[in-house]
Amino acid sequence: MMQERPKGLKDYSPLFYPAIMLIIFFVIPFGTMIAVSFFQREVGGFYTVDFVTSNYERFLSLFFGKVLGFSLMLAVLVSIACVAIAFPFTYLLSRCSRQVQIVWLVAILSILSLSEVIIGFSWSTLFSRTAGITNILVSLGFMEKAQSLYPSFGAVLTAMIYQALPYTILVLYPSLVRFDTSFLEAAKTMGASPVRAFLNVLVPVQRNTIMATLIMVFVFALGSYLLPQILGRPQHWTLSVLITDQAIYQSNMPFAAAMAVFLVLMSLALVGLTLLIGRKEGAAS
Amino acid sequence: MNRAMTLFFYLIVAVFLLAPVLVVIGVSVNEKQSLNFPPEGFSLSWYWQIFDDPEWRAALFNSLMLATTSALVAVSIALPLSWFLWRRYAPWANIFRLLGVAPFILPPVITALGFLTFWATTGAYGEPWTAVISHGVFFVTLPLVTITLGFTSIDGSLIEAASTMGASERTIFRTVVLPLILPYLISGYAFTFVLSLNEYIVAYMTVGFTMETLPIKIFNALRYGYTPTMASVSVLFVAVAALVFGLIARFGDLPKLLGNLSGEDR
Repeated sequence: MMQERPKGLKDYSPLFYPAIMLIIFFVIPFGTMIAVSFFQREVGGFYTVDFVTSNYERFLSLFFGKVLGFSLMLAVLVSIACVAIAFPFTYLLSRCSRQVQIVWLVAILSILSLSEVIIGFSWSTLFSRTAGITNILVSLGFMEKAQSLYPSFGAVLTAMIYQALPYTILVLYPSLVRFDTSFLEAAKTMGASPVRAFLNVLVPVQRNTIMATLIMVFVFALGSYLLPQILGRPQHWTLSVLITDQAIYQSNMPFAAAMAVFLVLMSLALVGLTLLIGRKEGAAS
Repeated sequence: MNRAMTLFFYLIVAVFLLAPVLVVIGVSVNEKQSLNFPPEGFSLSWYWQIFDDPEWRAALFNSLMLATTSALVAVSIALPLSWFLWRRYAPWANIFRLLGVAPFILPPVITALGFLTFWATTGAYGEPWTAVISHGVFFVTLPLVTITLGFTSIDGSLIEAASTMGASERTIFRTVVLPLILPYLISGYAFTFVLSLNEYIVAYMTVGFTMETLPIKIFNALRYGYTPTMASVSVLFVAVAALVFGLIARFGDLPKLLGNLSGEDR
């Protein structure tokens, strides 16, 4: 392409407005949050300006350790489950006719865009005693009496997989759709069954994509802020729920900000890792 | 065997993805104000309720206002930025692309809390327009990605031809570039519109105590128990999303927008 070096101020002018907007309304809020994480909590108000590290010292508590451990464990489970379902699914989808792909993509996008509030509400209905799946099991004769399946860990996990699955599919879609099928043709010619070819050829070749997707979905799952609250018990709360709770209900903005800073650093480290994997992949091919 | 397996796998994923939607459609047509599935009786009155009840109607209106205006803000930032990054060679300016994508990759709570501390510090906390700007910046990723894709698919010789003929930057943009990227611009707007309509946490942390959008209203209602209007609103949301993405698929190239750059029909 004919990209030209910007010569005068005039050539830079299209950049002014976006740059100002992003700096004022993204960089500065981000900086404010970091600053607030060192402020003193003010009961009944927002905060008082100060420089204390006590908000960070609270990370050393057993309570925080438990929440962090649970959040990480939950996000790992969600990302593994999602990739395990989405990888074969997206592969099959990428081999389909364009029409079939479009129908699925519209459905997947519609679910991906759904509010976490609506996903939480839908699953709480599906797990409820009066309108839930147990009613179907009762009418089929598998169960004696309908019962409520939430709040429980299983309910949180299911809903979070539901939320992250469309995202996983869309992250995998570009690389799987571009995948050169000649590898598989070769395997087929050599007499490998489709399942064997999938497991022994496609999965190893796409190893880096799978790793990068696992991390992306992991970060996505870390961000779930409502589902553990709607479908779980207090011990199923994650870091994101805790941040919301501290910021809004306990009005302890400095502590919430400190936890958010921690979450940023963790997410950035993981996103950095995916970029590194991507670069390795680029160098290898 | 392979085909049967594919269909079976499709069926399982489809059931999993559709089950919650189907149940919510079911409970939304219950005749009485109770949470029952299969529904008892049939009534569409809970759909009417969204427009009839002043609180739900206000929330619907707030959400529509927020989504239409914040999508405009997002596109207004993304368009000049992606134009500049495409037209000019300035590697350092890619930092702004990164800034535009960051809110989308980081957990949403972080961006939301950033806005909360920012608006609280500047004293504008709770004003409806703060939500418009917050959503606009939060979702800038979507038009940025679609418009950038639009630019890369423009044949460079068109621009060179226009330039050789003496067209100014402004004229090139208006007469050559804009018509070519318009579909991508509209897609970016539509994506942002739908996501803003559904967004909860940023809206809640900026205007949660002064203004109710539909997701906030649903969540508040959920805490006090069940009303069937929640179900009908949820169905409405699914329908709007399916309609918008269906239209994009009908008039645009949805697989390409999502990264299928092969372009050929399999």
